[in-house]
Amino acid sequence: MKCTEFLNELTNYLDGALDDRTKSELEDHLAWCHNCYVVCDTTRKTIEIYRNSELYELPDDLRGRLQSAIMSKCCAHKEKKSGPQKA
Amino acid sequence: MELVRRAKRGDDSAFEELVRRYDRNVFRIAQHITQNREDAEDVVQDAFLKAYGNLAQFQEQSKFYTWLVRIAVNEALMRLRRRRPERMVSLDEEVKTEDDSLPREVADWSPNPEQMYNQAELRDILTRTIQGLPPGFRTVFVLRDVEGLSTEETAQALELSIPAVKSRLLRARLQLRGRLSRYFQKRASGDGDK
Repeated sequence: MKCTEFLNELTNYLDGALDDRTKSELEDHLAWCHNCYVVCDTTRKTIEIYRNSELYELPDDLRGRLQSAIMSKCCAHKEKKSGPQKA
Repeated sequence: MELVRRAKRGDDSAFEELVRRYDRNVFRIAQHITQNREDAEDVVQDAFLKAYGNLAQFQEQSKFYTWLVRIAVNEALMRLRRRRPERMVSLDEEVKTEDDSLPREVADWSPNPEQMYNQAELRDILTRTIQGLPPGFRTVFVLRDVEGLSTEETAQALELSIPAVKSRLLRARLQLRGRLSRYFQKRASGDGDK
């Protein structure tokens, strides 16, 4: 496997979506190509670090306000929809 | 799906439960796309309200969450376009950058970035780094790698083909990796450029 072929398969490899043969060829390549090994390892770390980062968590107080706002808008929507029938 | 069916029959407590189940995810996705907290709050409200108003049209062929994400992504992109009218914002944009070629690396990230930076510093680096990605790449990365949607679900939510999702995901991952390397290798090499 060449470095460019490794790059094409990197996403499938990290997602566990490769067939056994391609996976084994890719791992053979990683065993001797230090550059691709580092790219693979740091790409895996990139995914992990973002997955564990908890960026943009919704604070509890804001969450409560949003939930109330959503439900009151939904009620208003429902009333508006059923309103004209009564008139 | 039972909650969705109850909500469709007009049971608002069931819909409220759906809001509680998915509001954190929708907020995260919205803030990642818009990079603006007020916009993200509006997207959460508008996405759920739209879902509520269109529940009858939801065919149950996909998961409710995937359908909701699709609505939220569209709302978020619309707000991003409003805020940055000078720049076209599209999921279809193909952006070539210097990061697309085979990266050349000699140094790994060692010790781990979590050990090198405190939590606030690391969050700042991660936020600034992902902000630099084109919205189309950022969205695919967030849905696949942060929210954990499958490739198929991501394709469905974004109305993209599976090869298009895979191609954007690879480029998003490589670009983020390349940009983070600038921080993590510099620090690992002993802050020599202070």
